[in-house]
Parts: sequence; C-alpha cells; structure tokens
Amino acid sequence: MTAPKIQLIGVKKRFGPKVVLDGVDLSIDKGSSLVVIGGSGTGKSVMIKSVLGIIRPDEGTILVDGEDVTRVSGAARDRVMKKFGMLFQGAALFDSLPVWENVAFGLIQGHGVPRRKARDIAIEKLAKVGLTADVGDLYPVELSGGMQKRVGLARAIAADPEIIFFDEPTTGLDPIMADVINDLIVSTVKDVGATTLSITHDMASARKISHRIAMLYGGRIIWQGPTDQIDHSGNEYVDQFIHGRAEGPIKMAVKA
Amino acid sequence: MNIFARIGRATMTLLAHIGRLATFMGKALAALVSPPIYTRLILSQMMRIGYYSLPVVGLTAFFTGGALALQIYLGGNRYGAEAIVPQIVVLGITRELGPVIAGLMVAGRVAAAIAAEIGTMKVTEQIDALTTLATNPIKYLVVPRLVAAVVCMPVLVGIADSIGVFGGYVVATQSLGFTGSIYLKNTVDFATAQDINSGLIKAAAFGFIIALMGCYNGFNSKGGAQGVGNATTSAVVSASILILAANYLLTSLLFNT
Repeated sequence: MTAPKIQLIGVKKRFGPKVVLDGVDLSIDKGSSLVVIGGSGTGKSVMIKSVLGIIRPDEGTILVDGEDVTRVSGAARDRVMKKFGMLFQGAALFDSLPVWENVAFGLIQGHGVPRRKARDIAIEKLAKVGLTADVGDLYPVELSGGMQKRVGLARAIAADPEIIFFDEPTTGLDPIMADVINDLIVSTVKDVGATTLSITHDMASARKISHRIAMLYGGRIIWQGPTDQIDHSGNEYVDQFIHGRAEGPIKMAVKA
Repeated sequence: MNIFARIGRATMTLLAHIGRLATFMGKALAALVSPPIYTRLILSQMMRIGYYSLPVVGLTAFFTGGALALQIYLGGNRYGAEAIVPQIVVLGITRELGPVIAGLMVAGRVAAAIAAEIGTMKVTEQIDALTTLATNPIKYLVVPRLVAAVVCMPVLVGIADSIGVFGGYVVATQSLGFTGSIYLKNTVDFATAQDINSGLIKAAAFGFIIALMGCYNGFNSKGGAQGVGNATTSAVVSASILILAANYLLTSLLFNT
C-alpha cells in the first residue's frame, strides 16, 4: 500500500468562538478523487483552504506527499503550491486579463514559461475544455457563467498539477451545463492523472466525479466510503443529506 | 458597559489595527527586495497612478497658486508688503501646498481605485486564485503599486510646483499689476534647493502612504459590494489623515525645528 497523496490529521480551526473544523481526519490516495459533501457553512471551504495554505489551521497536520504543508513558508511553499491547481466556485478569473492570459497565468508567473509558448499551451488547454482559440482574446466579463467555469478549469489544469481542488464546480449552472462540466472534470482529471479533492452539495455532481465520498458535519468527517456505497451508508445524516430532506437529524439553523 | 471596558476595547482595536498594518507593511517591504520584479506591472501602474493623475493635480495646483497670490497680496497690503507675493507663493507652493494638495488629490483618486480593485479581487477570490497559481499576491499586487506611487509622486509634485507658481504668476501679472520678468526673477532668486527638495521628499512619502493604505484596505475588505465600499472609504480617509500627519512630522524633521 502506498502512502496517501494528501492526509489531514486532527485538523482544527476556529474563528473567534465559532468552531468550524473540530478534528478533521481524511486521506486521499494518489490518483483518486474524493468529494466532500456537507451543508452550507459546515467548513468545507475552510478545509480546502487549509490544505492550500490560504488559511492556517489552529491544530493538526496536513501532509501532502508526506510533507507538512501547514509549517512550510517561502521557497518551500512555492514549491508545494506548484503541485496544486484549483477551480473556484465563482471561477475567480482575473478580469483585467484576457482569457488566454488567465489560463497561462500560472505558467508565466509561477513556472517562468515564455509568454509566446504559454499562449500556445493556453490555447491547447482551452481546446480541452471545448473552447476555441478566439475565446482566448475575450475578457472574462464577456463570457457566460458556464464558459467562465470552463476557463477556470483550463486554468486549473494548465500547469499539469498533481493535485486539483474543485470548490462547488457546478453551483450556479443549469443542469445540462453542470453535467458538461462534470464530464470535463472527469476527462481532464483522467488526462493529467491528478489526485482531486472536491467540495460540493450537488449530489449528482458528487456521484459523477468521485471515487470516494466523505461527509463533513459538525466540523468532523462523519462518514466516508466508496461512491457506490453512498446509498447504503447506514448513516442517517448522510441519508438525509443525499435525499435532501428537511426532516432528520440535521437541523438547519435558520437564525445565525 | 463600563467606561474602562469601553476605553480598553477601543485601545485594543486600535493597537490590533496598527499591528496588522505594520505586519502588512513588513510583508510588502520584504516582497519589494526579493525577486521576481514585475517590470511590466510597475510600468502600467505608473501610467495609472502618475500619468492619469496629471490633469487633476495640475488644475488644483494652478488654482491654489492663484488663490495664494491673491491672499498674500491682500494680507501684505495691510502693511505695505504687497511686493512679497512671488517669494511667498514659491515658498508656500514648493514646501507645503504642492505636495499636500497633490497628495490629497492622488489619495482621493488612486487610494480609492486601488482599494476598490483589490477589494473586489479579494471578495471574488481572485487573490486566493493568485496564491493557487504559485504567485505571491503581495508581490504581484502591492509591490508594483508601491513602487509606482513612490516614483510618480515626486514627479507629479515637481509638475504641480511649476504649475502652482505659474498660477500665482498669472494672477499677479494679470490682476495685481506685477511685471512678468520681475515676478519670475524674484521667484527664481528666492527659491532654494531645499525648498523644492523637501517638497519632493514629502511627495515620495505621501506616495508610499497612498499605495499602502489603498492596498491594505483592499486586502482586508470583507463581504460583498458594501465591504468593498467601506474599504474604499477607509482607504481615502486614512491615507488623507496620514498624509497630513506625516506632512507635519516631515516638516519638523526636514527644517530642524
């Protein structure tokens, strides 16, 4: 058995009095795809940002290839960051740059690829997500939400990362476009052979893009297993979530 | 709540702010001296911060110089010292009004624009995206703006000085009866290098304050449109106050009083 690509051990994070992560343990094998499901505000984003190093957890260890990424800084951090690619919920494209430069950004800035060569790679990656070369010269504001997500995906895979994070990849898209994005995620991830960690509350998407599913509730992982076991989890929290029932053990806090 | 708790809490908040700002400034200065240097971004920021501020700074300097000439003439008139107009205009413009007026105008224009731009990038996760693309956001966003503002402000103030003196000249020769050549000779003879240099040093410091407050408030904006609006307001207000405070401090340092 090989060591996991990403491993979270007892990760805790609180903001003031609010405990968001209360000891998260999770591991993802190399080349596999894990989707973390959970309601809004359960700390899914905080978890992903902790792995990325954007948020520093209060306690616990996050290992990427066996290296604790919560303690690295400077050049070592840059080296770790180069393993990552991320598709943001709102795509988070740089609106001051044309599409091709968005896609090529990590190559030019992070990896020092010459602009002309980076542009060629960008056009090639855009083709992979079903966009033609002329889209490259448009600006992000000129694109629809679905196209922005595609560009975000092209940017995430541009530098052939070892690990890709997907933050709510299908939120805000119509069901057909959501499925198109799911297909693209599956095919591109297979293409680059990356390990992926996604967070979503869209069950259709979770089933399609994952090998394993874990559920985050109350700051902990309360269930995890292979995707085909999700309907037989025997966990009433998971059942309530995947069937989208208002009644059940999970009580939605109407008042914050 | 009791009064001591209130004072204590306000003090703690203030100190926390100062601490955060100092940390931010430290990170920015560290990023300033380490590679890579984004020359292309520095040049484009110089265009936005320096070149596009020229009309605003030029116009305000012109009218300020004119009003100054008029006031000195009227004030000097009380004891027959109207002839001092060119000397006081050049002194006032180069030492104080040029840098301060330019600083405040650029603070309004540029600190606001920087805070709004970076604030929007923050709330739309573009800054997080930079991090995931192996790019240090401080280096990519803050350093070019700081460098551009520190380089451009002295140039802007140099131009503002000339236009301000020219404003005084126009008013003095057109409506106060001064002879053009004598006015100019008195101006040139009276002004010293220190008058002008002190203003340019102030300008560089104000440029630093403007870019730093714009970036700091942008990076710390929270929430959506309202958060960005608040960040923009605090950027302009804090930059303006700090410029006036720094102006006093620098005046007393530069002139050893």
